[in-house]
Amino acid sequence: MKCENYITFECLSRSANEAFARGAVACFAAQLDPTLEELGDIKTAVSEAVTNAIVHAYPDILGRIQVRCRILEGDVLEIVVRDWGRGIADVEQARAPLYTTGGPERSGMGFTIMESFMDRLTVRSSQGKGTRVAMSRRIRRRRADR
Amino acid sequence: MEMTYKAEDRQLTIALSGELDHHGAKGLMDAIDRCMEQHLPVKTFLDLRELTFMDSSGIAVVLRAKRRMEALAGTLVVVNIPRQAARVLETAGLSRYIDLV
Repeated sequence: MKCENYITFECLSRSANEAFARGAVACFAAQLDPTLEELGDIKTAVSEAVTNAIVHAYPDILGRIQVRCRILEGDVLEIVVRDWGRGIADVEQARAPLYTTGGPERSGMGFTIMESFMDRLTVRSSQGKGTRVAMSRRIRRRRADR
Repeated sequence: MEMTYKAEDRQLTIALSGELDHHGAKGLMDAIDRCMEQHLPVKTFLDLRELTFMDSSGIAVVLRAKRRMEALAGTLVVVNIPRQAARVLETAGLSRYIDLV
């Protein structure tokens, strides 16, 4: 699909950057004129993906997280969150509801929420090399002039 | 993320405002624990009216508050849930375990 616009940014895996990451993606997505509910879903999914990288990819160190957003032909918003951390040993297990290796402040519902709130979710991970979470959602067109 | 509370006749109302994510969840859990230990409520209302965003960290906060209330032989009711937070709680199926009003 043809890319009509994109942004890429990187941040350090500090939890203070969770709000920045979801806010930045929401600002970019706003040009698709999403409903408040669509925007809420996108912000939630981004928050989950970035938090996963902060908590699981770099549990003891600070590392690099990259977020890339593209607007694809057909009003599809694609978001890719990458890290170069320790990776996920068993992606299928990690995606199961309520599974978590995080602390008491994690619920194990991150991937379930990403799956539920976006149209498509793919997770690629390699132990010791990092994880790539790609998700996309089509934003329904509300205005003819967009 | 801000928390205020009101305690009266062993009934506690905890109101959250702002954005609830992993960054603030641990501190919030500790603050709710301390508040419950101090007031020993038989019923706690968790008021989410002023919450502008919540991700799955909120699920962990709500479940922890419920467990603390059960340890006190009390109950937890989550009230005034904004639409975005409701979507997150519904996805986790929390309405099966907790009163969401």
